[in-house]
Amino acid sequence: MRLKHPFHLVVHALLILGSIFMLFPFVWMVTTSFKSEDEILKTGKRIVVLPDAWRPSFLNSEEDTRRIEAAAAQRRLWEDLQAGKPLPEGARKPAKPFETFDNYKLVWGEGESLWSFLGLASSPAAAPGAKKGQQDFYRYFLNTMFVSITITLSSLFTASLAAYAFAFFKFPLKDAIFMGLLGTMMLPQQALLIPNYILLSKLNWINTYAALIVPWVASVYSVFFLRQFFLQLPKDLFEAATIDGCTRFQFYWKVVLPLSKPPMVTLGIFTFLGTWNSFVWPLIVTNDAELRVIQVGLSYFNSEAGTQWGPLMAASCLTIFPLVVMYFLAQRQFVESQATTGMKE
Amino acid sequence: MVHGKRFDWGAYGYLLPVVSIILCFHVLPIFYSLAISFYEWDLMSDPNWVGLENFRRLVDDPMFYKSLVNTLYYVLFSVPLSIGAALLIAMLLNHPIAGIGIYRTIYFLPVITSINAVSIVWNFIYHPEYGLLNKLLALVNIAPRPWLQDPTPLMHLVGHTLGLPWPDWLPAGPSVAMMSIILMSVWKGLGYNVIIFLAGLQNIPKHLYEAATIDGASRWQQFRNITWPLLSPTTFFVFTMSCIGSFQVFSQIYMMTPRGGPMKSTMVIVFYLYQKAFVKFEFGYALAIAFVLFLMVFALTLFNKLYVEKKVHYS
Repeated sequence: MRLKHPFHLVVHALLILGSIFMLFPFVWMVTTSFKSEDEILKTGKRIVVLPDAWRPSFLNSEEDTRRIEAAAAQRRLWEDLQAGKPLPEGARKPAKPFETFDNYKLVWGEGESLWSFLGLASSPAAAPGAKKGQQDFYRYFLNTMFVSITITLSSLFTASLAAYAFAFFKFPLKDAIFMGLLGTMMLPQQALLIPNYILLSKLNWINTYAALIVPWVASVYSVFFLRQFFLQLPKDLFEAATIDGCTRFQFYWKVVLPLSKPPMVTLGIFTFLGTWNSFVWPLIVTNDAELRVIQVGLSYFNSEAGTQWGPLMAASCLTIFPLVVMYFLAQRQFVESQATTGMKE
Repeated sequence: MVHGKRFDWGAYGYLLPVVSIILCFHVLPIFYSLAISFYEWDLMSDPNWVGLENFRRLVDDPMFYKSLVNTLYYVLFSVPLSIGAALLIAMLLNHPIAGIGIYRTIYFLPVITSINAVSIVWNFIYHPEYGLLNKLLALVNIAPRPWLQDPTPLMHLVGHTLGLPWPDWLPAGPSVAMMSIILMSVWKGLGYNVIIFLAGLQNIPKHLYEAATIDGASRWQQFRNITWPLLSPTTFFVFTMSCIGSFQVFSQIYMMTPRGGPMKSTMVIVFYLYQKAFVKFEFGYALAIAFVLFLMVFALTLFNKLYVEKKVHYS
């Protein structure tokens, strides 16, 4: 075991190298989202990570210093103009100087309010100069929140009801129905898109929240997952409670649900994550901008924005922000349940 | 049981929501779609019975073959790359070193993020003019490439570098554009495989390694005779799941090469299916493609189960 220590140094070195590869795209995404178009496009062959405003000045190259000074001069001109001073002779009218959160403001949209989203007030007109699809991420964000939370809560409810029946009740065809449900997990997803689209268009559900939500409020995987947990709950409890006059539903609501918080939380996190990230289904069943979820909004923005990398990165950051927050709050659930559920499938 | 043989008929009420939704949206559509694949239908006019015509058209469709080959390239490169890298990282993480939790968090991070968001970041990284990758390569004097717009097949590139022309009659491999998407996909999915491999590695009894060390087995011998065979159920699971997943790759193709890539070199089956169904509204034809894809995935899974699994060592 003499070699243990030096070998561990090699292990760390390799893992750190890998970590840089894994993390750098995120660093690049966040820092770029705080840069002005000038800073992104006018760096030539050099790799500049931090935005001008964040970088200590000793790191600046001559080029950077020149660019920063030019921007500062423009900013002074602009401030003077705002204060009502006349422009100096021969000076061009300065553009509005870049502020740290400008890219975010551009994609988030300042006009819409929670009230207009809920239909309680009319949506304000898009600001002049904004391109289509740029200013609507606020709406996409709320749409996605609404759809994801609704699906998460209702699929937890339907799955726990079914799992409760499978775990506690005796009824004819119980095993057949359970195996049948498990069997549906093997059906090809890509073959489902087209007939479901046709079904929804016959129901006139295309471009509705129902199309985004209803097909996903039942999950066989969740039923299976919760049933495994419910089977471990003591059967005696159920029998004692029903003899004492507790109804089936009361037992489910007052005993089973409170006891199964940990698996419900894990399952809820994964359902939320899956719904937040779902793309192909919403892409197909909605084309109305009002109903766009964030992944679809991002894909439209990606094809419309060209090389506006700052706003594109800001939109990407907004898209993954709730997920990253959730990930850091609930890391245990993420990593451990992936490891165990993965093996059982 | 206190209740004896009494049935709880109310159980069906508890099952109703799940069963009805699964039936409506996940089971019946499959049978419906089998029927539609025998029609020509754009959803606007009445469906027109064409029998096996959709399947016959597939046989003559060069773009279908192209998408098939591109999909195979994607599977053949992304699955082994991802499994190899994940296994290596999992074995590194299996050492009793400090900071395992931090590494695990970092490697898993791309898995939870949205494929669309990270595709956009990689679009920027691969950008011919402003992209990070070309800037990094410039540091070591490698000429820039238009990564996602580069149709050069991998083997031509390798042949050119080595000074040996690649014969025309051999398949030339995925294009540079496709390799760029593969690299990004491996980066995105790696962490999931790492976590599964790590769980598998931790199930291997430590005393086997201790005994092997006492017997003087080298690290490679320990890997070959202990780790690899005992990990094979995990490897098999990861391999099967990765194959199924990569046959259905779509989002990153759509986000990174929205028109199917340079010379359609990133046109994969699901992307072709999407275009046929939801851009050109040829639903019958698209379903014929869907069924061929399903049969291929099914055949591959069956092959894995019957032949590959024979090599798996279950204790």
